[in-house]
Amino acid sequence: MAQYTQWFSTRKDTGTAWFLSGLALVAIVVPILNLLVPASSSFHVSAFGLTLIGKYLCYSLLALSVDLIWGYCGILSLGQAAFFALGGYAMGMYLMREIGPRGVYGNPILPDFMVFLNWKTLPWFWHGFNHFSFALFMAMFAPAFLALAFGWFAFRSRVTGVYLSIITQALTYALMLAFFRNDMGFGGNNGFTDFKDILGFDLHSDKVHVVLLVITAIMVALSYLLCRMVVSSRAGRVIRAVRDAESRTRFLGYRVESYKLWVFVLSAVLAGIAGALYVPQIGIINPSEFSPINSIEVVIWVAVGGRGTLYGAAAGAILVNYAKTYFTSTIPEAWYYALGALFVLVTLFLPRGITGLLSGGGFKKQVETERLRVQEKSPEGSQE
Amino acid sequence: MSVQGNKTLYLDKLTVSFDGFKALNDLTLQIDPGELRCIIGPNGAGKTTMMDVITGKTRPDSGTVRFGEKLNLLSMSEPEIAQAGICRKFQKPTVFERLTVFENLELALAGDKSFLHTLFTRRTVAQETRIFEVLEIIGLARIHQMMAGVLAHGQKQWLEIGMLLMQEPELLLVDEPVAGMTPQEVERTAELLSSLAGAHSVVVVEHDMEFVRSIARRVTVLHEGHVIAEGDMDQVQNNPRVIEVYLGA
Repeated sequence: MAQYTQWFSTRKDTGTAWFLSGLALVAIVVPILNLLVPASSSFHVSAFGLTLIGKYLCYSLLALSVDLIWGYCGILSLGQAAFFALGGYAMGMYLMREIGPRGVYGNPILPDFMVFLNWKTLPWFWHGFNHFSFALFMAMFAPAFLALAFGWFAFRSRVTGVYLSIITQALTYALMLAFFRNDMGFGGNNGFTDFKDILGFDLHSDKVHVVLLVITAIMVALSYLLCRMVVSSRAGRVIRAVRDAESRTRFLGYRVESYKLWVFVLSAVLAGIAGALYVPQIGIINPSEFSPINSIEVVIWVAVGGRGTLYGAAAGAILVNYAKTYFTSTIPEAWYYALGALFVLVTLFLPRGITGLLSGGGFKKQVETERLRVQEKSPEGSQE
Repeated sequence: MSVQGNKTLYLDKLTVSFDGFKALNDLTLQIDPGELRCIIGPNGAGKTTMMDVITGKTRPDSGTVRFGEKLNLLSMSEPEIAQAGICRKFQKPTVFERLTVFENLELALAGDKSFLHTLFTRRTVAQETRIFEVLEIIGLARIHQMMAGVLAHGQKQWLEIGMLLMQEPELLLVDEPVAGMTPQEVERTAELLSSLAGAHSVVVVEHDMEFVRSIARRVTVLHEGHVIAEGDMDQVQNNPRVIEVYLGA
């Protein structure tokens, strides 16, 4: 009997082991292929390749955050890109301040777009962003604060299901419109770009990108382990209980709203970190990162990979984005159709995504197998 | 407002209306410590609404609900009421299908249920012992590692009753425990509920008259949100008002 959970947890560990080894491999091999293998070799990873892999890793962290809130807690957040973008903007503000007098207009304090708008002084909310540590703090605090405020109202009023999904979409859309405005002080539709360096290290150098990639891989691994700790704790089981039978959980004496809020804030922080890692590698952040379609895409990555398993979500993000890179460079017009078709197919035939496929069918299949097992053990099929 | 005697549950003049329809109408009811009470009544008599009010899901328009000497349930939230010792079994068996039987009971353990506590807590030996005690009581010890989703209907009902027991409640509210059960399962459930009375107060809402007859010491009949009769099964069955309501005469 004990072997059932053991089997279950070993299987989970296998996925974790694969995922973490994969990350370690990327963090070791890719730097070698970039720095040591000559550019003439076909094994050489170009600067573009580095950026691409870095992007995939950031997306896998974003997917983890969606899996936590959706796969485990059952809250379909379609506004996760908002937290990602806020983290990105916080990092972008630091990188803008870091440019200093090297901008086109040479103003040591004001970023170029402010000079262009004829602003004379730095807005109050830009203060402090010349410090890297403050920017890092804000990359986590701003998403956390938004999630806390939004979640507090939404969960307390017991907004659930599709209604919650819709208002999270509205949230990210509203933020997109706000960030598009020049007078918001975030660079309008151009956002931030033309970064020069990070902590004094040149952002145009491959070495710096390699270091950023390794840091990203480490952050993904740490976040993964944090998520794993949360979902395998008793709190993690309460979260799944909320997903499967919310009012039952409430009548057991759990304050469901508070659990949802904790998970939502944690997932927002993870998304913020992903955004903060994304911006220095990609070199640009603009309001299109808030666009509703981005949040929906993340949900598709998680669904394809397998929601409710952390490695599935993370791997799904990498797979789908690799496919996107491939498709958009060969037949760009087909990509969104392919993505849509993928989502429909996965929803219909693979409710547990690719990981479900690998571990032998969907939930129903699993239930069936278990039922047969039980009947074999006790022919009467029920307990005496 | 004084509470007479030491009642476990004391409902006084409860009225609940939904869009003008009175689901509960001036309902007064008392439950003694350790009592096993059956509540019967035709569809729409207000049985489930009464449970909703006691557990904090629905707020009444007027009336009082007291638990024990001191607690005013109307000012408490659902989790607070559950923590205070009132547990509820739903009409439809509601267990966590994608957790194991063991984990279902574990989540029902009495104790601190805040996020930060459950995040860092580890199961103690005492807690495991308690879980296995309850597994024995509900007869699911042999299959405790199975996903609750694969259990038979009756087993789910028992698991849910087990989850109530884990919370060490003073009062168990059980909504239609034998709906959809086989005769053997009904019999076992009757034994189970009878054995729980004494240590806990148990309130059972049920349609199945055979079942009620087999366990009830005291029966309350609800009709249109109001108590129309109370007594032992024979008294109640011979009450002309009850016959009228049930037979529509």
